[in-house]
Amino acid sequence: MGDHGDPIVYELFGISWLHVNLSNIMMLTISAIIVFFIGFFSARKLGMKPTGMQNVFEWLIDFIKGIINSTMDWKTGERFFGLGITIFLFILIANLIGIPFMIVSEPEHNVWWKSPTADPIITMTFAIMVILLTHYYGLKLKGPKEYGKDYFRPVPFLFPLKVIEEFANALTLGMRLFGNLYAKEILLALLAGAGGTGLLYAFAAGAPMVAWQAFSIFLATIQAFIFLMLTMVYMAHKVSDDH
Amino acid sequence: MPEVITWGDTIFAIVTFIILLMLLRKFAWGPIMNMMKEREEHIAQEIETAEKNRKEAENYLEEQRQEVQNARDEARNIVDNAKKTGEKQREEIMTQARDEAERLKESARVEIAREKEQAVAEVRDQVASLSVLIASKVIDKELDEKEQEQMIEDYLKEVGEEL
Repeated sequence: MGDHGDPIVYELFGISWLHVNLSNIMMLTISAIIVFFIGFFSARKLGMKPTGMQNVFEWLIDFIKGIINSTMDWKTGERFFGLGITIFLFILIANLIGIPFMIVSEPEHNVWWKSPTADPIITMTFAIMVILLTHYYGLKLKGPKEYGKDYFRPVPFLFPLKVIEEFANALTLGMRLFGNLYAKEILLALLAGAGGTGLLYAFAAGAPMVAWQAFSIFLATIQAFIFLMLTMVYMAHKVSDDH
Repeated sequence: MPEVITWGDTIFAIVTFIILLMLLRKFAWGPIMNMMKEREEHIAQEIETAEKNRKEAENYLEEQRQEVQNARDEARNIVDNAKKTGEKQREEIMTQARDEAERLKESARVEIAREKEQAVAEVRDQVASLSVLIASKVIDKELDEKEQEQMIEDYLKEVGEEL
């Protein structure tokens, strides 16, 4: 991305702190629409004997269920299923959407088409949302007393570390995703840039480009999976009694 | 990288996420999960039905086997009865035949005795009449002792031939 900028609208509706990155808005919307249609078309022709997309989606449901089951029992975990499948699909599509191409406007050099998850604002938003949800469900399912006591377990002097852990969790959760996706975007942009400068460069950059795109698909999938897994691990940490 | 924190993105991301979550629940995994649950129930029900059918079939088979056994027993009984009845009947017929024979023999014997008696009586009658005849002939003829004797002998022979 380097010298590329972002299409930012400053002080939206005249509110002094409300700045908006139009690229993120657009890409999030497109990702959400794609995810919705994947789900919608999977569930369009439902049958007792599953066919086509229904099979894929049922496999996905079992996959998410498996992850939730591996961290907590299904009785408590059932309520997080919607959260899990939405997080996984949304982040997966948001990661993948930046791979095929990149749209940069001229002459401002503003990047319009990229992975929204290559922006720390978005990844941190999801990370903090997840961490806040774990606290919310911790309070709701275990009660304030048990929730509070958890900060002093197994020994009270670990309390400061426990507090730091919460912030560290949120930060690492968001930054891991951002770092991976940002690196992917930068390398793709560099290779694309190199390929664009001349025929010789295009030949030289072609093979690494294909390799990096293939790796990007793997990376996008694995990061979505890790985000989902960690979400459920943090959630289980807060809501289950045994640890 | 932007030099400001774009809070608008944050708000938009969360709102999009929540809307997407609700839409997916309504249109995607909600109905699909319902279908999966339905299928699970359906399969469980099918298994139950199959189990029930199997048990029923087993019961039926057992019943049939019992029935066959009963039929076989009954057949044996019938044959036994028939044999017994036949034996009894044979015995009866034999007894009857023997009685009949005895009776016939007895009546034949009685008949013979009666006939004999009758014959003797007849002979006796004839002897009497012959005696009278002989006596008259003797009286009629003058005979010597030798002739008389001859004559008696002749008559007696005559009587003996007639008997």
